[in-house]
Amino acid sequence: MDTLRTVWETFFDPQAMAEALPDMLRVGLRNTLVLALASAVLGTVLGLLLAMAGLARTRWLRWPARLYTDLFRGLPVAVTILLVGVGFAPIGLALWGPNPYPLGILALGLVAAAYMGEIFRSGIQSVETGQLEASRALGFSHWQAMRLVIVPQGVRRVLPAWVNQLIALVKDSSLVYFLGLLASQRELFRIGQDYAANTGNASALVLAGLLYLVITVPLTHAVNAVDRRLREGRPAGGAADDLDTPHPPGGVDPVLTAVSEGASR
Amino acid sequence: MSATTLPTQAAATSVGLREVHVSFGRHRVLRGLSIDVPAGSTTCVIGPSGSGKSTALRVVNRLLEPDSGDVLLDGRSVLDDDPDQLRRQIGMVFQQFNLFPHLTVLDNVTLALRHLRGLGREEAGEVALAHLDTVGLRHKASSRPSRLSGGQQQRVAIARALALQPRVMLFDEATSALDPELVKGVLSLMADLAGAGMTMLVVTHEMGFAREVADHVAFIDGGVVVEHGEPAQLFDAPATDRLRRFLSQVL
Repeated sequence: MDTLRTVWETFFDPQAMAEALPDMLRVGLRNTLVLALASAVLGTVLGLLLAMAGLARTRWLRWPARLYTDLFRGLPVAVTILLVGVGFAPIGLALWGPNPYPLGILALGLVAAAYMGEIFRSGIQSVETGQLEASRALGFSHWQAMRLVIVPQGVRRVLPAWVNQLIALVKDSSLVYFLGLLASQRELFRIGQDYAANTGNASALVLAGLLYLVITVPLTHAVNAVDRRLREGRPAGGAADDLDTPHPPGGVDPVLTAVSEGASR
Repeated sequence: MSATTLPTQAAATSVGLREVHVSFGRHRVLRGLSIDVPAGSTTCVIGPSGSGKSTALRVVNRLLEPDSGDVLLDGRSVLDDDPDQLRRQIGMVFQQFNLFPHLTVLDNVTLALRHLRGLGREEAGEVALAHLDTVGLRHKASSRPSRLSGGQQQRVAIARALALQPRVMLFDEATSALDPELVKGVLSLMADLAGAGMTMLVVTHEMGFAREVADHVAFIDGGVVVEHGEPAQLFDAPATDRLRRFLSQVL
């Protein structure tokens, strides 16, 4: 019985958790969110550019995009973080002092861009060619058509996959501890690990894990909700085909109005 | 719908193709095709599938560039013009409607007005509503295209094209994807447009429409115009075997 109890207390000691909680919430949670959000913004912007480059007509854009994707998707995140964070550390030190965050965010963003670029590219490619043709026929340039018509549709279709990348970023943000963090720079994992190392009790790490779940599980469900809404909220065209009747100008079709009102709830 | 006044273009414009050749790889789709649509008239293009009808239409607004030959607007070659500028003067309606599904019906119509004509949101909205009124769908302005029937979607697509006040309208089998009972509304809108003096080039399988509405009919087969003339002449007294065979299959 004592052994079981010891094991239980190693992971779920309320005392140890309570000790770590203030640092976790005030420092760790905030830093984890800063790292994840900043690299998500960077990864999304770079990923969109990468997707456009990957779909460009000229190979001088396509090939570099391909190479970039292969490189940053193929390397372990830890390697990329160390290469970027250590390699550019002297430049970083000169520019903004001993703060590993900019380079950590850069590394995370570069990796995320490779994945998000592929996600966006598949979404953009899935938009029917008629959409581009109709846009060009109206007189939009290729770039305008992409920006106003094609990309918004393509991105919408891959939102669930994009949110998955956000979840990956929340988790991968723990890896910036490789770059050496001051006390105030520690994120969830590092704080948990410090407490665990000092006390020989894993409860603080369990607490860190729980806080990761508090962020990622709602995101996972948000993905599912978005996915469901994209599937069910917009039935394919032609669903209301048999309801068409000639309308007097400005008249109202009560049947269709009722259908669309009922469905929009 | 005939009671509504359709917007007429600023000035009637003629449009023409001269000896146009287009190849896709080894496949020669158009082999010296010429066609003339006088200003303010409607020409219907008929012919078997794969004959090059839709290709010819796409050469007119240079969605496809011809390998050789010329494209004329008001008798002037437009091959050296900026293609985007050219397309802003030529409206096009597609078989699959191609409305933008991520935008409301109203925004489908205002998008080009705002980004190409530089109109403000309100001004563009007013112009768009007027054109939606013309096609009888003002009450659907805030709906998504997917909530509309095929016939309604196609009428919105026509309003979207008309809002830019085109000098020429191109129709690429505009009713082929519609359920039979929805065809009539779209065709009568097209007939009204023709009656209002729009220059129209219409690729269609609707022989009744071609006979009633068109000023001229062109029969295309094998990438060339085989026969060309007034509808009565082509339908009642076809001069070639190919047209006779085609008509016997579709009528």
